[in-house]
Amino acid sequence: MTTDNQKRMCIIVTKGTLDWAYPPFILATTAAAMDVEVDLFFTFYGLQLLKKDLDHLQISTLGNPAMEMPMGGMHMTMPNLVSVIPGIDAVASTMMKNMIKKKGVASIPELREMAVESDVNLIGCQMTMDLFEWSQDDMIDGIEIGGAATYMEKALNSDINLFI
Amino acid sequence: MTTATQALDAKGLNCPLPILKAKKAIKGLNAGDTLFVESTDPGSVKDFEAFCRSTGHKLLESGEASGIYTYLIEKAA
Repeated sequence: MTTDNQKRMCIIVTKGTLDWAYPPFILATTAAAMDVEVDLFFTFYGLQLLKKDLDHLQISTLGNPAMEMPMGGMHMTMPNLVSVIPGIDAVASTMMKNMIKKKGVASIPELREMAVESDVNLIGCQMTMDLFEWSQDDMIDGIEIGGAATYMEKALNSDINLFI
Repeated sequence: MTTATQALDAKGLNCPLPILKAKKAIKGLNAGDTLFVESTDPGSVKDFEAFCRSTGHKLLESGEASGIYTYLIEKAA
């Protein structure tokens, strides 16, 4: 165990959609800005967020009754039925990305770059790499690869542990 | 205006960008130097207070005029 005064946060990142990518990267960059040491452990679909290219990140219209897109002063709901329309996720994702830009919200590539700049530790799950047949060449430089024990060691020394 | 060491225009940016940009700017300052920040994000009011409380940097002044929130922050030693 560490006994110094350094505050630490550790987050398990399990989701690989555009909307779920926000909480870990927003919290990681903000914590780093507040002098907290941060470890992000990417597992299963969360590992998508370590890929070199993030253009493929999408939102899904399926199973999300809370999704209401602002449109002409109203809000358009996305019933599950629309999810069968071919390409609807791409359309909804483009809408979302335009909204993000218009409202001055950071993009995920931008937040990830800031996380790297502020020395957030990015750890990819070895088991997930094997499972989905990804190699370290598919991922950005500077990440660590580890397993459950790597996470546990970080988590035991952290003041904040989150599962996202 | 003010006689801050450095000024940061964070207008039009949403959470957490004003804080991240402010942190970056503070990094380049010396202890006792001041940073003047302008933001249009109403959430930045509580966030800059929390940021300063947690990091020890001093929030010398804050204000709002026609939708623009301003902060004067002194870098901690």
